[in-house]
Amino acid sequence: MTSSDRLDATFHALADPTRRAILARLATGEASVMELAEPFAMTQPAISKHLKVLERAGLVSRGRDAQRRPRRLEAKPFSEASEWLEKYRRIWAGNFQRLDALLDQLKVNESKAKEKKRGPSKRYVKGDHRWRILKR
Amino acid sequence: MANLETLKVTTKGDREIVMTRDFNAPRRLVFDAFTKPELVKQWLLGPPGWSMPVCEIDLKVGGAYRYVWRRDSDGSEMGMGGVYREIVLQERIVSTEVFDKPWYPGEAVGTLVLAERGGKTTVTQTVLYQSREARDGILKSGMESGVAASYDRLAQLLASPGTAGMEKGVGKS
Repeated sequence: MTSSDRLDATFHALADPTRRAILARLATGEASVMELAEPFAMTQPAISKHLKVLERAGLVSRGRDAQRRPRRLEAKPFSEASEWLEKYRRIWAGNFQRLDALLDQLKVNESKAKEKKRGPSKRYVKGDHRWRILKR
Repeated sequence: MANLETLKVTTKGDREIVMTRDFNAPRRLVFDAFTKPELVKQWLLGPPGWSMPVCEIDLKVGGAYRYVWRRDSDGSEMGMGGVYREIVLQERIVSTEVFDKPWYPGEAVGTLVLAERGGKTTVTQTVLYQSREARDGILKSGMESGVAASYDRLAQLLASPGTAGMEKGVGKS
């Protein structure tokens, strides 16, 4: 599978709420098909079908225990998928954080410019403050 | 001052990506930050390690803009540019965008909308691609049908120890 095919499979697998819940369960540790079926009010064959989709996407693998055949979460496809999705968002989030700082700076510059115009009143307020402190 | 505004990235229809973000500043300052080269160069830098040596903006309908970014480690450059189609000062800019080495087919059209309320400005940036394939190429097919949002929720679930909310999320669907 090419990287882009794998991403398609990953995103398809993630598009279903039951499959996401199965993954969330497996994030807490491996589990057998029976254990996975329990909280879902679904039959084991229905769960198995979802597991097949997840296995095909490489999100879930089977453990060694031949009796229980526990399923477990595979981290690698997640990091690939999230990388693609997050790249776009991260770049812009970074840009916008810099923009936040710039806008703060522009606001400060603006109010400084205004104060400069009002110059004398500011000095008066300062002097008044000092005078009060001296009196106390 | 801490800015905890979140960036929302969604899709609209088959061919668009929409980004929304609030800024704690009046609209005229945000508009300046998007349209004055000396300001744009300070923030529109892309991933860490990149700078923006070229930023030319001829802000009029039919006028052109050109951006070039450079990766400081190896000097490699990436450029893009386009033409302004519509300009409403402090409110709205529509422009075309083409990358020098395009990784998606055709020309995209970007729309920037600024809305101010109570001293805060909501910025909505929409990019309309020529085809669904182009748009999905950008997102590697990840964003369509809310999968991105799903992934975010999943990431949260996976990140929280014990995944207490799991049963709730399952429902009887």
